[in-house]
Amino acid sequence: MSTTLPLPETTERPNYLNVDYSWKSWLFTTDHKRIALLYLFSITAFFLVGAVFAGLMRLNLLFPDGLFEHDTYNKFFTMHGVIMVFFFLVPSIPATLGNFLLPIMIGARDLAFPRINLLSWYIYIAGGVFAVLAIVKGGVDTGWTFYAPFSTTYSNTHVILAAIGVFISGFSSILTGLNFIVTVHKMRAPGMTWSRLPLFVWAHYATSLIQVLGTPVVAITIVLLMLERILHAGIFDPNLGGDPVLFQHLFWFYSHPAVYIMILPGMGVVSEIIACYSRKGIFGYGFVAFSSVAIAVLGFMVWGHHLFVAGQSMYASMVFSFISFLVAVPSAIKVFNWTATMYKGSITFDTPMLYALGFIGLFTIGGLTGLFLATMAIDVHLTDTYFVIAHFHYVMVGGMVLAFLGGIHFWFPKMTGRLYPEMWARLAAAIIFVGFNLTFFPQFILGYLGMPRRYATYAQEFQVLHVLSTAGASILGVGYLLPLIYLTWAWRKGERSPQNPWQAKGLEWEQSPTPPPTFNFDVPPVVTERPYNYSEEVEVGGY
Amino acid sequence: MADTDLSVAAHAAPTTLKHHFDDREQQLESSTLGMWVFLLTEIMFFGGMFGAYTVYRNLYPAAFASTSHYMNVTLGATNTAVLIFSSLTMALAVRSAQLGQKRALISFLTFTLILGLVFLSIKYVEYHEKWVDHHIPGPGFHYAEPQYFHQAQILFFLYFAMTGLHALHMIVGAGLIITLIAMAARNRFSSGWYTPVEMIGLYWHFVDIVWIFLFPLLYLIGRTMR
Amino acid sequence: MFPAAASTAAPQVDALYVYLVLLSVVMTTLIFIAIGFFAYKYRRRSPDDPMPRAIHGSIPIELTWSVIPFLFMLVMFAWGTKLYFENYTPPRNTLDIYVVGKQWMWKVQYPDGQREINELHVPTGRPVKLTLASEDVIHSFYIPAFRLKHDVVPGSYQTYWFQATEPGRYHLFCAEYCGTNHSRMIGWVDVMDPVSYQNWLAGGATGATMSQLGEKLFEKYGCVTCHVTNHNGPPLNNVFGHPVQLADGRTVLADEPFLRESILNPNAKVVKGYKPNVMPVYQGQIDEEGLLQLIVYIKSLSQTNPQAIP
Repeated sequence: MSTTLPLPETTERPNYLNVDYSWKSWLFTTDHKRIALLYLFSITAFFLVGAVFAGLMRLNLLFPDGLFEHDTYNKFFTMHGVIMVFFFLVPSIPATLGNFLLPIMIGARDLAFPRINLLSWYIYIAGGVFAVLAIVKGGVDTGWTFYAPFSTTYSNTHVILAAIGVFISGFSSILTGLNFIVTVHKMRAPGMTWSRLPLFVWAHYATSLIQVLGTPVVAITIVLLMLERILHAGIFDPNLGGDPVLFQHLFWFYSHPAVYIMILPGMGVVSEIIACYSRKGIFGYGFVAFSSVAIAVLGFMVWGHHLFVAGQSMYASMVFSFISFLVAVPSAIKVFNWTATMYKGSITFDTPMLYALGFIGLFTIGGLTGLFLATMAIDVHLTDTYFVIAHFHYVMVGGMVLAFLGGIHFWFPKMTGRLYPEMWARLAAAIIFVGFNLTFFPQFILGYLGMPRRYATYAQEFQVLHVLSTAGASILGVGYLLPLIYLTWAWRKGERSPQNPWQAKGLEWEQSPTPPPTFNFDVPPVVTERPYNYSEEVEVGGY
Repeated sequence: MADTDLSVAAHAAPTTLKHHFDDREQQLESSTLGMWVFLLTEIMFFGGMFGAYTVYRNLYPAAFASTSHYMNVTLGATNTAVLIFSSLTMALAVRSAQLGQKRALISFLTFTLILGLVFLSIKYVEYHEKWVDHHIPGPGFHYAEPQYFHQAQILFFLYFAMTGLHALHMIVGAGLIITLIAMAARNRFSSGWYTPVEMIGLYWHFVDIVWIFLFPLLYLIGRTMR
Repeated sequence: MFPAAASTAAPQVDALYVYLVLLSVVMTTLIFIAIGFFAYKYRRRSPDDPMPRAIHGSIPIELTWSVIPFLFMLVMFAWGTKLYFENYTPPRNTLDIYVVGKQWMWKVQYPDGQREINELHVPTGRPVKLTLASEDVIHSFYIPAFRLKHDVVPGSYQTYWFQATEPGRYHLFCAEYCGTNHSRMIGWVDVMDPVSYQNWLAGGATGATMSQLGEKLFEKYGCVTCHVTNHNGPPLNNVFGHPVQLADGRTVLADEPFLRESILNPNAKVVKGYKPNVMPVYQGQIDEEGLLQLIVYIKSLSQTNPQAIP
């Protein structure tokens, strides 16, 4: 059912934002939408910290002999990785857009466990405090992967502080995932069957499965790491009878599925945006939904592709390689389905759509280069080089961050009741796209040429490519700053948004006011149609 | 008796249906599913260490057999019996809550708590024994058979990590039971609503099951070797 | 775009890489063209454009575009796996060179006694096997021109082999982060034609061969006493390269890792007919270079092994 509310009156109707302005009402809120905003501000802050480290790294890499002390550079890339992975990317879309939208999209008044939702934010902040403490006390230099025995026995930096920060933040992730799973199972409105769930919800459900099953393993790995660092009992130390490769297996058992935590929500956002700006349901809905779950499941079976040169058995490596190819198939299916959605659509190119299209292009490149790394003989040459760095930045930044920005813009009116300035937004999207590619494409070439990663200084012949990359990073930095400025401005001063500025389908646009009231709906929704039901008519010759 | 009949109390207590749920059934199902998902995460949490244990047991079978002889099977078996019995009393507590029997509920919760504390006391005795033997990993570690020194230290490390994590969960469980007793004493539960009792009951049974895996793997298997 | 190619593996890896790049370019181009074309052709020209009709999906299409890419991937998998197995399975008649990595340098030992820091000299036309050991943390021995690397893991021996093809000087990089001077743990691989290589070997080797050094250690640490004089330990002639029966019933191959373990942790695998807790535990007493010298010496006692003559 499609209802349009009348335009807002001059006196603003009560919504989740204006119902109470006190700081207590924010810090003790159980409203999933407010918690989403709390997360949004925190993860943006961490993103900026992580980006500063990236900027310092790229500055250093302008010069073959470097700029900073080696130890300092080593701390830069470690903190960049730790912050970006654990404090930005893993929570990003789920804790902001997921928290805000998931209940509304399924017709619920809140998540299943609102207080646990708030707790998860406080836990995240507590973890963040430890991470910041580690930085302030001088940083950590183990790499975000904390490999033993360097991290357990040789590093002289604040490994335990950083490890505690990561450990604590993991529980935030687990609780978010737990909340989403129970919500999707138990809180769907009448008529909202599993096959009518928006693909955003499917994507977050699959992500939550990974968060819930994978994160505890890295948690215990970190506990073992910390205990070993203190007691030196030998569990990862070969001089004491231990096996350093065991650490890698335990670490990657989570950290590989983690990368799917860091892309699936983005894919969910892209599905919503492509459908809206093509005014057509996603082609192959069932396949896309199933692919999300398939990626989550298969993602748990490929961790050994990080150990092809680590001393792992050749036969185990073979199995991991094969399944790594298998997990690429559902991702490819999604890309094809999004493309097919545009066929015979009615397409406009507002900023969210630009980000979604950018995602498809850059994720395709990132995903394909993942196949290079899954190919064992090629991985031998490319692992631990800049090729890997380029690969994962294409999927994590070109993919996930672009989707995050696209989603923020798409749902900005819903969250704030205002419109962002379209021209500035398109400009920023273009700058980000150009800056990103200039930063990271040269790194593929650097990698095949043999430039290893985590190098503070490098052979002279690599300099030109590094200069290009740093130039790109400066442009990218400008691109990131723009939304920070105009979105903040638009929140206060932007033109007020109508109920459904994009005329999109979906409960959040059609049945929840803009911005929503605290309990999301004035009238409890009942779902009677399939998702993305822009047209009841089916294309002749289509399927 | 007024304090065994909780239906009056239920009317007096504030409504326990949270605003975001449609009905009590949805609320209870959500709580239950939530607890099961949480227990799943706990399985994965312990699982990592069971994995490490499996690796080292297979890598060092002789050292494992040697260290097994220092496991106090009597105390371990006693603890196993204590925990199994405590699961029984916990189940009876849930049953009492179901039937609205406040005094029985408090009694069974208290029994469960006492049994849990007995478990922890016995654990303390065991750990103390290990401390006296210098089997605690770290600078003070010492092992009678020097050729197994390093492997034994790793194996004892895993012993302490696994049983220690388990004991931590027991302590949390004990705290939760105390909270339940306090809530029951204040008539918070009725036959219409006793969800926390049920959920913490599930948690307690899980902690029991983890021990049922730990006991044979750490105390029993190695004794058949050599 | 490509580094120098100086091993037999390099052109093979490059060929597979080109296949992957071509496929990726084709796939990316197809997607970009499709999206670009649809974006143009189906752009909304006016707000009054009719609502597009729904196209729910098509199972035949889904299967097609799942199966066909997967078939291409199977080629990648099969080709890559085969090449990997070849590149990591040394042939029989290799020239063995021993490398010890430590923070932050590479120490290279040649059987004839030559030692180098951060340099590796190899001849063309002959398979070379590197045995890699670490004194401290995990490193990785990476030669981009050969397209090969392997992690160097403390507590174990890792190996890989190559056959150099083009004389020249090529980069050697540590490729597993190992601390402060990871980016300075670099060096050169000097590939020489066989004649020049012989000259280089002859010119440099002054001291004892690895085997001779190993023999000295064999005496110094008292190995002679039990393994030769009073037979408390198994004799070591013809041990390397052959299967060994253990007291617990297993049979294992006496390769380099076995020898290393037997020195550092003798009770892990006790030979049949001998008692445990007799041989001292040498963990922490002999450094990695010394262990390699001992092993080369013990290898030399195996007459049927063509590698016996250093």
